[in-house]
Amino acid sequence: MPTATSAGTERTNQTERIFGMFKTMLLIRAFEEAAHQMLTEGLVHGSVHQSIGQEAISVAVCGNMRRDDLIQSNHRGHAHAIAKGANPTAMMKELLGRVGGTNGGKGGSMHIADFSVGMLGANGILADGMPLAAGAAQAVALKGEDKVVGVFVGDGSTNRGPFYESLNWAKVFHLPLLIVCEDNGYASTTATRSVTAGGGPAVRARAFDIPVVSVDGNDLLAVDAAAAELIERIRNGGGPQFLHAATYRLKGHVSRDPGMYRPKGEVEERWDHEPIRRCEAWLVGQGVALNEIEAARAAAQAAIAASVAEARAAPFPDPKVAYADVQDVGAPSCPK
Amino acid sequence: MPEMTYADAVREGLAEEMRRDPLVWALGEDLSTGHTSTSTNQYKNLIDEFGPKRIVNAPISESTIMGSAVGAAVAGTRPIADLRSIDFGLCAIDELVNQAAKIRYMFGGQARVPLVARMAIGTRHGAAAQHSQSYEAWFVHIPGLIVVTPATPADGKGLLKSAIRCDDPVVFMEHKELWGAKGEVPTDADHLVPLGKARIARAGKDLTIVAWSRMVVLACQAAEELATVGIDAEVIDLRTLWPWDCEAVFASVRKTGRLLVPQEAVLAGGFAGEVVATVAEALGDVLKAPVRRIGAPRMPVPYAPPLEDEYRITDRHIVATARSMVGYGGALARR
Repeated sequence: MPTATSAGTERTNQTERIFGMFKTMLLIRAFEEAAHQMLTEGLVHGSVHQSIGQEAISVAVCGNMRRDDLIQSNHRGHAHAIAKGANPTAMMKELLGRVGGTNGGKGGSMHIADFSVGMLGANGILADGMPLAAGAAQAVALKGEDKVVGVFVGDGSTNRGPFYESLNWAKVFHLPLLIVCEDNGYASTTATRSVTAGGGPAVRARAFDIPVVSVDGNDLLAVDAAAAELIERIRNGGGPQFLHAATYRLKGHVSRDPGMYRPKGEVEERWDHEPIRRCEAWLVGQGVALNEIEAARAAAQAAIAASVAEARAAPFPDPKVAYADVQDVGAPSCPK
Repeated sequence: MPEMTYADAVREGLAEEMRRDPLVWALGEDLSTGHTSTSTNQYKNLIDEFGPKRIVNAPISESTIMGSAVGAAVAGTRPIADLRSIDFGLCAIDELVNQAAKIRYMFGGQARVPLVARMAIGTRHGAAAQHSQSYEAWFVHIPGLIVVTPATPADGKGLLKSAIRCDDPVVFMEHKELWGAKGEVPTDADHLVPLGKARIARAGKDLTIVAWSRMVVLACQAAEELATVGIDAEVIDLRTLWPWDCEAVFASVRKTGRLLVPQEAVLAGGFAGEVVATVAEALGDVLKAPVRRIGAPRMPVPYAPPLEDEYRITDRHIVATARSMVGYGGALARR
């Protein structure tokens, strides 16, 4: 149903939907910028893998899923988690290793998980999400549920064995699995094409007779339309589907990586095609006022600033927490 | 109690648990084809009762057999991932060690990983270097895992049932040369053997022999031979290597004052070292003789029978070492 705007024009439900997804992209962007800032201040430990420039894929895919659908993430997982509904404050606490973190301070940035929203975890081993997601899909089938399982993999992962095993597996067992390949062109700090034979991820998936849709992953509307179609096919019993989303990683492999291995000017040129800017132009064309967009941007930044403040104020876990949740039988004994 | 083989007992345990809980299922290569003389004999006819969704015939994709078991366990089912033997299981170590063993902990307790990874160990006559390995000690080193090494048909069944009901990942290591061994097996569907509790396989007072898996059989044979020369050995079957029942071992060593740990695996870095070190640290003052280990030489398992025999630890090694220990300090002379 069309709704009236402050400007007096009418906006469609589609515009409102996309504006909602746009706000989620802003929240992810603000979160990841803050995460790097916290790293430079020494408050985040280890490293941070940002997905700046890739947000549209997570937001559109998860935006077409139900809360009880499941996703399997990877090392670059902040966007997946926020898009699936994880609480950014709990995530920021996890990055800072504080009480109240999504994982209680046991995982950090690379292992964010929130099972309450079906986010089965970010993962430090590339392509391992594929068999894990295939298994989750097998559990869904065994239990007779109508959930869809999504797995996010990068182009770099397509050169690992479990990627192929799992494509075969998903097809043979006709699993309710959406494989989302976020093809950002770089496998860590190596240009993927320079180490990859053949025609790329879509060709590889088609070799297993898995239907593939290729989209411009920086075009939120295109990803949204493709994800909606593929998820509907899966939910209607269509078996595994593959979404190949071309994108670009605007930051380094980790946030401190200056990306010196990239051709001069490449990053600057790619900033012109990043998804938030493109979505913003579309929204303006649909009658969304610039002040509304600025208000949304300010709201996202304020929300993340509040998350950061709350995380900074949260205590570290009691060291005895280190002994919990190893296993029930044969757990390490905690010193008194 | 009826007598049955180790393989049949384990299969019966699996079938009982599958009847009890519809979320228990198994996946692995050749599970529905039921060849004889392979590990798949343990799945014979199960597909007829449970169907192809619960006895899943997998492609030769070890990483995904293990990895999908992890994902399916996290998503609320209880898979038994059958890798046949540890030799093939090596292709899926990443999924077991990096994923199954870590997920509960690194996600802050949000998830459990109730899976059983069946990976048989042991030398099987003529199987040579890539089908004969005993890597049970590797998994003891991985926090998050439970390691089970049954020695008898009854324990094969009772421990598998406990492993399936356990909420954490269990590495279940049958011995290839035990599959045909016969023994009495309880028929009670709720007969469980607890994880982490050792069993006194033979009571004795002069010497404690700690063993697991097929080495328990050899230790008991050795104990009978030792009895003929007046040495009364106690044999402790650990049953599980993690957790391992150090209290049962301590109690026995306090009684006997002597500890011998024979293992089939290569001696260096083996679990026997963990047992003797723990006892030496805790009970140094009660030991009447230095602790001893026996294990295979550090070589791949060779093929030709005389070479394979050179690799194998047998009851002869146990008897010889035990005699030297009891003779230590004049104990034998006092008899």
